[in-house]
Amino acid sequence: MNEALGLWGIPLAMLGGMIRASTPYLFVSLGETLTERSGRVNLGLEGTLLLGAVSAYGVAFHSGSPWLGVLAAFGCGLGFGAVHAILCARPRVNHIAVGIALMLFGTGLAFYLGKPLVQPQAPNLPALGLGDWSDLPAVREALRVNPLFLVGVALAPALAWALRTTRLGLILRLTGESEDAALALGYSVQRVRLFATMLGGGLSGIGGAFLSLYYPGIWSEGLSSGQGLIAVSLVIFARWNPNHCLYASLIYGAAGSLGSALQSAGVAVSHHLLAATPAALTLLIMFITCSPDRPAQGAPRELSLGT
Amino acid sequence: MHARSLELIGLSKRFGEFVALDDASMRVRAGTFHALLGENGAGKSTLVKCVIGYQAPSSGDLLVDDKQVSFDNPRQAHRAGLGMVYQRFTLAENMTVAENMVLTRDPMPKVVNWREELRALTKFMDGMPFRVPLQSRVHDLAAGEKQKLEILRQLYLGRRLLFLDEPTSVLTPSEADEVLGLLHKLTRTGELTVLIITHKFREVNAYADHVTVLRRGRIVGDGPRESMSIADMSRLMVGEQSVRSPAPRTERVDAPVGIEVRDLHVADDSGVPAVRGLSLRVRAGEILGIAGVSGNGQRELVEAIAGQRRYSAGSVQVAGQPFVPTRHNLDALRVRVIPEIPLENACVPRMSVRENLALRSYDKPPIKRGLFMSRRRLEERVDPLIARFQIKAPSPAAAIAALSGGNIQRAVLARELGEPCSVLIAVNPCFGLDFAAAGEIRAQIMDARNQGAAVLFISEDLDELLQLSDRLSVIYEGNLVYEEVPQNIDLTTLGTHMAGHSPAA
Repeated sequence: MNEALGLWGIPLAMLGGMIRASTPYLFVSLGETLTERSGRVNLGLEGTLLLGAVSAYGVAFHSGSPWLGVLAAFGCGLGFGAVHAILCARPRVNHIAVGIALMLFGTGLAFYLGKPLVQPQAPNLPALGLGDWSDLPAVREALRVNPLFLVGVALAPALAWALRTTRLGLILRLTGESEDAALALGYSVQRVRLFATMLGGGLSGIGGAFLSLYYPGIWSEGLSSGQGLIAVSLVIFARWNPNHCLYASLIYGAAGSLGSALQSAGVAVSHHLLAATPAALTLLIMFITCSPDRPAQGAPRELSLGT
Repeated sequence: MHARSLELIGLSKRFGEFVALDDASMRVRAGTFHALLGENGAGKSTLVKCVIGYQAPSSGDLLVDDKQVSFDNPRQAHRAGLGMVYQRFTLAENMTVAENMVLTRDPMPKVVNWREELRALTKFMDGMPFRVPLQSRVHDLAAGEKQKLEILRQLYLGRRLLFLDEPTSVLTPSEADEVLGLLHKLTRTGELTVLIITHKFREVNAYADHVTVLRRGRIVGDGPRESMSIADMSRLMVGEQSVRSPAPRTERVDAPVGIEVRDLHVADDSGVPAVRGLSLRVRAGEILGIAGVSGNGQRELVEAIAGQRRYSAGSVQVAGQPFVPTRHNLDALRVRVIPEIPLENACVPRMSVRENLALRSYDKPPIKRGLFMSRRRLEERVDPLIARFQIKAPSPAAAIAALSGGNIQRAVLARELGEPCSVLIAVNPCFGLDFAAAGEIRAQIMDARNQGAAVLFISEDLDELLQLSDRLSVIYEGNLVYEEVPQNIDLTTLGTHMAGHSPAA
């Protein structure tokens, strides 16, 4: 079928793949952007992603409704985010260490809960056929878009707007910029961070639901393969800007789908090598954008990443 | 709305065993400009923080407009019309001036109508004698502008009683007069009461109606300003301590050049040129003072010389040779640096006082023995320094971060000046120190000069610059714009150069 398109099949397949593969990155990175803008890093999102995936899958399987699954994943993420925030609010607890612990704990818990879910098939999320006008099956296939992707695309500018113009957004940024300033204005830094970390976890949970309920649409232990962690590093690349998170996620999605796109066009490249593309891209981007003379610009001050 | 009055009755604040504020009672009448004096650690900041609700007092009563109040957090105090400008900036660096102003509104609107807010802010700024660009990021403002923004922000919020904790330390004298003049005018019209913490007697004499002096947490003096001379005030502040004054200068002729900088270009963190073609030369046994409002390239200049920052063009020479700032060369050529905020920039906060004092010598004999370090020899070498420089520490093994500002400064000085040096670079070495500590440190710097060190002395305190410098220069936007011997300098000319206006030249 692809012969009709020739080499055009590759960019088309990449477009489709980009839309599919970018969604988890998008949700996790938007969530982490919120958390980091409040002055805290949650490295546990890899665990949250998997936990969201397994809870979505389980709930969808038992209830028969994939949307209930998404809701469960969101709730699960909120809860896991709250655990992170509450632990970090204790004196002399390091948020990076808590994040790593929760990443491992979340992953383990997800594997444990997911044991009985490897075989059964849960109902998947529906897709919108945005390419149905076309006669070409490849175009239709590429433009089958999940509603969650559209939600994510709308969420990025909405969050950017909220950070710029709403009271909650401005206070959230203030706590990330200067704990002292927030205290001087009488805001509870811990409460703001609890809120931001919970919401960040909730969004990551939705990213997990996308993985298990749409693409690839099954539960397996290799489901995430580090996407949660890559999304966290993507936040730095996106300079803590939700809109940039969208662009960055699309780039990562495209890189991640390079392999299947080449395969569909009949080009043989090692599968394992291609699976490493997003990670390699991360290293490359970090290398290009970092500079010893210019510490992270735009970084929330409380993260102590800049000067 | 009218200016608020304030009364404290027996206010105390204890941190464990330590009594920061001891039974303080004072009255600030409505519409007055009230100065609160005291040395560092006398309890001034604690007093205002307890009033504004940032800290809870251990005991005592608080009256605003003769009604008893107590504030659990600053927001409650804000609602009562009280405002505070803290010693450290409480601005969000990555946010714009306008965002910082709106954030302090109470109640803050759920959704901010930026067009409306900007219109109101512009209108407000137009009515002020000085302004700050609304759309700039705070990060891009000079320190003086940040301080002005802190104060404008309080006025915009319509405060009726304003506490200011050393608000003029980063301002030029003329900027300080602009700011204090405005506040003073508002007290005359009965719109505002001001309680200001300051070290500068000039400001007290020019603006204050009433003076209260704190020493070691107790109020030791209180009265109308006319009733106290500067000598009275400083005696009350210091108590019976004596302040060491620097040794007289010894003159040297034709001394060799200690350090020379030629056409230096250095960029700041965001890649913007901060030092632009700066040249200077300091001879052995000479102090070159550099005045300037902070943020004009001082930090980048020092970091470039000390090897903490790369420079894009130019050269640095020490003792006539090109200088590569490696640890080995700093040591061999005896180049010593006392950076600003020494706890952050020259210490390992959690290491002990002893270890911090040995940072220059631990890897050399006699402390180094083969692959190992001899703790005993380290102590033998370092402990005399603790005594000689009178570093007061709970124990030499205590973390250096636990020391007071003056003692940290003394410790760094002991490390850098414990042995004779040939080049000394000091940045704001007396910032935030009390009389006695500052006097001691200035005397040490003068001693280093008299023993033949070339001293590059960068400071924002004009009095100490005029006192110590052999020559005084002004740094403005990364270049030296003025040079004169202190005897021929008047403050107005100096201030104009610091503000970047060179008088018809």
